[in-house]
Amino acid sequence: MEPVLTKYVREAGGQTLDFYVKTGGYQALRKALAMTPDEVIDAVKASGLRGRGGAGFPTGMKWQFVDKKSPRPKYICCNADESEPGTFKDHVLMERNPHLLFEGCLIGCHAIGAKVAYIYIRGEFYHVQQVLEAELARARAAGYVGRNIMGTGFDCEIYVHRGAGAYEAGEETALIESLEGKRAQPRLKPPFPAVAGLYGCPTAVNNVETLCNVPLIIERGPEWFAALGPEKNGGPKLFCISGHVKRPGTYEASMHTTLKELIYSDEFAGGIRGGHQLKGVIPGGSSVPVLLPDQIDVPASFDGIARAGSMLGSAGIIVMDETTCMVWAAENLLYFYRHESCGKCTPCREGGDWLHRILGKIERGDGQMKDLDLLLSVAGNMMGKTLCAFGDAAATPVLSTVKTFRAEYEAHIREGRCTVPAPWRAATRALAAH
Amino acid sequence: MSFHPSMDYGRGHHKSARALPEEGPAFAFTADRRATLEDICSRYPAEQRKSAVIAALYLAQAQQGYITRNAMRHVAEVIRCTPAEVEDVVTFYTMFYTRPVGRHVLQVCRTLSCALMGAERVTEELSKTLGIRPGETDAKGEFTLLEVECLGACDRAPVVGVNDHWHECQAPDAVRALVEGLRANGEAAVTGCHLDVESRTK
Repeated sequence: MEPVLTKYVREAGGQTLDFYVKTGGYQALRKALAMTPDEVIDAVKASGLRGRGGAGFPTGMKWQFVDKKSPRPKYICCNADESEPGTFKDHVLMERNPHLLFEGCLIGCHAIGAKVAYIYIRGEFYHVQQVLEAELARARAAGYVGRNIMGTGFDCEIYVHRGAGAYEAGEETALIESLEGKRAQPRLKPPFPAVAGLYGCPTAVNNVETLCNVPLIIERGPEWFAALGPEKNGGPKLFCISGHVKRPGTYEASMHTTLKELIYSDEFAGGIRGGHQLKGVIPGGSSVPVLLPDQIDVPASFDGIARAGSMLGSAGIIVMDETTCMVWAAENLLYFYRHESCGKCTPCREGGDWLHRILGKIERGDGQMKDLDLLLSVAGNMMGKTLCAFGDAAATPVLSTVKTFRAEYEAHIREGRCTVPAPWRAATRALAAH
Repeated sequence: MSFHPSMDYGRGHHKSARALPEEGPAFAFTADRRATLEDICSRYPAEQRKSAVIAALYLAQAQQGYITRNAMRHVAEVIRCTPAEVEDVVTFYTMFYTRPVGRHVLQVCRTLSCALMGAERVTEELSKTLGIRPGETDAKGEFTLLEVECLGACDRAPVVGVNDHWHECQAPDAVRALVEGLRANGEAAVTGCHLDVESRTK
């Protein structure tokens, strides 16, 4: 598939307004502003665009749910928090194609009747924020953002809002809380943001890649978009491939492409690094179940990966070769979830800590066989028992690795040591006084 | 207290402590920073100045290096919220420092993709080279070493955040070069963020 989202990302100066306008930029906005908001929403619905942030919820529907009759202002919040481990696609779009995002924000605002869009960017993306702010100033000066956009009478502002380091801010209601100047902790739903979101106003929260697809749909038509991929999985998709592959990176492909092709094809990640064998793949960011080598010959689509027993999530594909100890990998991830739990719900706050402690014990060689049941019990008590999906996300690496690599856990316990010593690990751990 | 029937609690559980930052010297924003903050506040509805609290804290941190109780009080005054609300934010987000840090804050990403590419060894080597453990600052105040969670540069692993910038593809055996480069040339020694995957991978 010819890349569309990332066509010019390697071009020098490809991120600038001049370049964007020269290559046909902001024409979709002009077209959208000549359509009614409902026509825009209908086009997005017809395209079948599904949210690229992780949940895969249909974007057109999300926009339709926004309470347009409300007398209060409406908002678009662009989720640029990109905090899911293994994910780095929105970074590329923002740094190298920022005007596509702005155009998507503006069309979204037109569709839901908003006058302001906030781009919530994670604190660690300082260098990306610099690019966004600079290009935003250019777009404002050229009349693409602000008052009376392109002489059409449409007023819309875009602001960049920088976070300060919190995985949880990627959850839509936690993002709204953070944008309101509070701790990034999720809200009880309902009400959903479409009814009461930012400042209690109707709000649509959309991922960067999702919004970037919108101008393409308006410009080339919903049929073009839908035809790019399998049914209900249309459009171009960015895949982030990291870990033990020859060429890690962000690749754009149709969702017809299989997970196996993404990992092995020379067009993409080019296979496992020299002389090693594939052991497991986490296909959608750290929060989804691990797949085995014989499970990856499936389309890398929302539905294809679901059929294989995992999730496409944020399309962060983490590849692990045979030198990877799966107990260690689970412990590494649970350290993350324990650290990042916002602390609001007990099952996640306490459960994450417990899981990390038990995994640490097994990894060090101090585990007992009954600890495996304890792991499953604690993880099982987190699933579905928290306000947001974080609880499930934290429990998944444990449930999935114990199920798939139980023998490895048992070997750790039996032999009282890590049985898969990787050369790339440190000789001594736990240096930190956390 | 939360409870699981077969969990071995051991020691160290449920130690929740409110670690108050130091009082610090008197604090007020410089005129420039105050003006920047007012500009940022204008991006939100007039009654929602609290949305700018994170921006205000970044400015305070830029001015003083870290956040003190006096800085939090001043931010509360300017934002028109309570000092408790500011403390709530400071203590939640990882990018605010409540203790002095070194000129270069080295943040090694320790999450899975970076760990698979040797991040543990990078931390180990940095620790050896600088003579400090993660979480510590050296005696001269040159370097602070931290382990951080996923920075979102997994294809350029292992990544080391250097203050607000990124140093990518950090090999464990090239750690000394980074440290010496920072000493000699400051942030110019950092690779920065670049997306040209082709030229970096064999």
